[in-house]
Amino acid sequence: MESRARAGEAMIRTETITGRAAPWEAALIAAILIAGGFLTVFGAAFATDPMFKVQMYMAMAGFVLGLGGLTFWLGQDRAEQATRYHDNVVKAGVIASMFWGIAGLLVGVVIALQLSFPNLFYFPDLGWTNFGRLRPLHTSAVIFAFGGNVLIATSFYVVQRTSRARLAGGLWPWFVFWGYQAFIVMAGTGYLMGVTQGREYAEPPWYADLWLTLVWVVYLLVFLATLWKREEKHIYVANWFYLAFIVTIAMLHIVNNLAMPISFADWFSYSAFAGVQDALTQWWYGHNAVGFFLTAGFLGIMYYFIPKQANRPVYSYRLSIIHFWALIFLYIWAGPHHLHYTALPQWAQTLGATFSVMLWMPSWGGMINGLMTLSGAWDKLRTDPVLRMMVVSVAFYGMSTFEGPMMSVRTVNALSHYTDWTIGHVHSGALGWVGFVSFGALYCLTPWLWKRERLHSNALVEWHFWIATIGIVLYITAMWVAGIMQGLMWRAYDQLGFLQYSFVETVEAMHPYYIIRALGGLLYLAGALLMAYNLWRTARGDAPARAPVPHAVPAE
Amino acid sequence: MWRFHRLFEKHTMILLIGILVVVSIGGLVQITPLFFIESTIERVEGVRPYTPLELAGRQIYIREGCYTCHSQMVRPLRDEVERYGHYSLAAESMYDHPFQWGSKRTGPDLARVGGRYSDEWHRDHLIDPRALVPESVMPPYAFLAGRELDVNDAERHLRANRVVGVPYTDAQVENAAADMRAQVDPMSSFDFERRYPGALVRDFDGDPTRLTEMDAIIAYLQKLGTDVDFSNYEAEAPENLR
Amino acid sequence: MTYAAMAQFAQSWGLFLLIALFCIAAVYALWPANRETFKRASALPLEPDDAGDAS
Repeated sequence: MESRARAGEAMIRTETITGRAAPWEAALIAAILIAGGFLTVFGAAFATDPMFKVQMYMAMAGFVLGLGGLTFWLGQDRAEQATRYHDNVVKAGVIASMFWGIAGLLVGVVIALQLSFPNLFYFPDLGWTNFGRLRPLHTSAVIFAFGGNVLIATSFYVVQRTSRARLAGGLWPWFVFWGYQAFIVMAGTGYLMGVTQGREYAEPPWYADLWLTLVWVVYLLVFLATLWKREEKHIYVANWFYLAFIVTIAMLHIVNNLAMPISFADWFSYSAFAGVQDALTQWWYGHNAVGFFLTAGFLGIMYYFIPKQANRPVYSYRLSIIHFWALIFLYIWAGPHHLHYTALPQWAQTLGATFSVMLWMPSWGGMINGLMTLSGAWDKLRTDPVLRMMVVSVAFYGMSTFEGPMMSVRTVNALSHYTDWTIGHVHSGALGWVGFVSFGALYCLTPWLWKRERLHSNALVEWHFWIATIGIVLYITAMWVAGIMQGLMWRAYDQLGFLQYSFVETVEAMHPYYIIRALGGLLYLAGALLMAYNLWRTARGDAPARAPVPHAVPAE
Repeated sequence: MWRFHRLFEKHTMILLIGILVVVSIGGLVQITPLFFIESTIERVEGVRPYTPLELAGRQIYIREGCYTCHSQMVRPLRDEVERYGHYSLAAESMYDHPFQWGSKRTGPDLARVGGRYSDEWHRDHLIDPRALVPESVMPPYAFLAGRELDVNDAERHLRANRVVGVPYTDAQVENAAADMRAQVDPMSSFDFERRYPGALVRDFDGDPTRLTEMDAIIAYLQKLGTDVDFSNYEAEAPENLR
Repeated sequence: MTYAAMAQFAQSWGLFLLIALFCIAAVYALWPANRETFKRASALPLEPDDAGDAS
C-alpha cells in the first residue's frame, strides 16, 4: 500500500518534469541528422564505388526522413506524451520485432532450401540471391534485427516498471529505435549488394558500425538515466542483465570492428588485426555476442516476464545475483573454443575450453531459477500457453548450455567443428531459447501495451507453440544426425588405410537431412506467422478491453 | 550539486564499473598476449603479401561470402592432413585482414586449394558447379566472368593494408594498378615478377582480352596455401612449438 | 611493461582479484541483512502497472 502511494506521488512528479517541451534534445538530434545528411552528400558525391554510392543515397534518405519525423513530432501536442510510462516506443519495438523476426526466418528458410535444392533456388543471373549473400542477411536479421529489437523494447519496458520511472531522455528513446532500424536497413541492403566485412556476425561495413556505436551509446545513456531517476532503491536484477548486455556489446563492437577503410568514399575496409590475432578478437566478439546479446539480454527478459506472467516472484533472488556475476565472469573467457586445433596457441585454446566447461554451472543455476519460479503453480503450464512457451524456452536454454560446454571439449570439438552439429547447436539456442522467450515476451507485451484483457486467441498460441516445437525438434535432430555423420565420414578410413569418402560424398549424404531441416524451419516460420496474425488482431481490439486495474495480490 | 550527485548515482555506477572490470579482464589476459608473445606466429620462409590481383580476388571472396561455407584452416588431425595437406600455420594468414579461417565446411577447406586444380577447372566450376560436381550445393558464380575488374582502387587497397601493418613497399603501392594487369599478361610482367617473386603470371580466366573478376578470384584461389615450402619445415623444432 | 610482467601479474593478482570480486558478489547475495531487500525486489515485477501511454 505504502509503495503504491509513493508511486502515485512519483507519477505527479515525473509528469511535471517530462511535460515540458524539449527544444534542446530536439535541436541536438536535428544537428546529428543534418550532420549525417551532409556527410552522406559528400560520400555520395565522392564515392569511388557504385555500391557505396547507393548506400550513401539510402542513408541520405534516412536522414531526411528522420528530419521530417522530427518536425512532425515537434508539431505534436506534447502534453499528451506526459503519461506515467513511455510505452509508444515499446509498442513500435514490438511491431519491429515481429516484422524482422518473420523477415529473418523467411531468409533462413530460403537458404535452407538452397542447400536442399540448389538447382531450384539458385539463379545464375541473380548473384545477390546466392547463399553467401543471404546467409549474413539471415543471421543478422534474426540476431540483430529481431533479437535486438526485442531486447531494446523489453529493456525499455522493464526498466520503467521496475524503476517506477518514466523512460529518461524524452525524444532520445525514439532516436535509439529509429537509429537502430536505420542500421539494420543499411546493413541488410549492403549484404545483398556484397557490402560486408567478412567477419561472421560482424559483417556490417565501417560506416554502419560507426552509426551503431552512436546509437548504442545513446541507448546506454537512456537506460542509465532511467535507472538514475528510479523511485525504487534496489535495482531489479533483470536490469543488471540488460546493463551487462548493453555495456559489453558496446565494448565488443568497438574493439572487433577496428578497421582501416581504403577511402572515406568506399565501403571496403581492412581489419586492424590479421590472422591469428584477428581470429581470436573475432571469436572473443562472436562468442560474447552469444553470451551477452543472446544470453544475458534474454535472461533479463526471463527474470521479468516469467515472474510477471506466473504472478510469482522469482524462485531465488539470491541465486539470480550469483547467476549474474558467475555468468559474466566466465562467459568473457570462452571465445577460443571456436578455434580448437587451429593455429591459435594451445594455451589460449585450453583456457577457452576450461571456462566454457565451468560456464555450465551458472547457466544451469539460471535455468533452475527460471523453472522453479513455477514451483507450486505448475498447473499454469497447462492453462497458459504463453507461460509454457517461456518455460520451455528456459528448458532449451538448459539443453543448449549443456551441449555447448560439451562441444567445447577439444576431443568432441575435433568431431563437431566445421559440421552441421554446430548449426544444430546454435539453432537449439536460437529457436528454442531466444525465439521462444522472445515470443513469450511479445505475447505478454501486446495485451499489456494495447490495454487488452487478453490475447485475441489463446488457441492460436497453442497452435504456434506446437508447430514451432515440432519445427525445432525436426531442425535440431536433423542437424545432429547430419553433423555427427559428416564428422565421422570425414575421418573414416577403409581397410587399406585410405580416406573412405571423398568430400562430395559427404555433401550428398547431407541431402535428406537438409530437407528435414528446411521443413523444420518452415514450420517455425509458420508458427511466427500465426503469432503475427494473433498479435495484430489483439492490438486492433478484437479482444475485450482490459478491465480497470486488477489489484492482484502479490503471491507472498 | 544535487544533480551532480544524481548523475553519478551510486548503485548504478558500482554496477557499471563492476561489469566493465569483470568483462575487460578476460579480454586483456586472453587477447593482448597474442600481440606480444613472439611465439604466437612461427618464423617460416616464403609467406608474402598478396599481389594486387590476388588481393582483389580476396575481396571478391569476402564480398560473395565464401567464408560462410569454406574454411581456410587445416587442423593437425590425421584425416585433415591427408585430405587437404599440411596443417595450417599461423604465419600463413599473417597478412590476412581479416582472417578467413571460417567456421563451417559446407564445402571443402580451401586453405591449400592453390595448385590443386587447373584454372579451367576453377572457371568452369565457378560458372556452374553442378556441371562438374553433380552433388554440389554451391551457388553459381557465372557473373564473375562478365565483370571487368576495377583497377583504379588497387593503390588504395595496398595503402590501407600498409596502415594496418602489411609490409608493401613504395614501389608495390605505386604500381598496384599496373601490377594488376601485368599478372595476367606474361608478355609485360617483368617488373611485376621482380616485385612479387614467385607469384603466378598467366591469364587465369581464359579470356586474354579482358581483366575480369574471374581472373582475380582464380588468381587468389591458386595462391592459397602455396607460400610455404613444407619440405624444409620442421614442425617439432623447438622454435615452432606453441 | 613487458608481457612477462603482465602475465605474472594477471596470473597471480589478477586471479586473486577475480576470485575476490566473486566472493564479494556472493557475500552480498547471501548476507542475511539483505534478505528483506531481496524479498521486496523480487516482488517488483508483480506490482500492477498499467499507466502507460494512451494508445
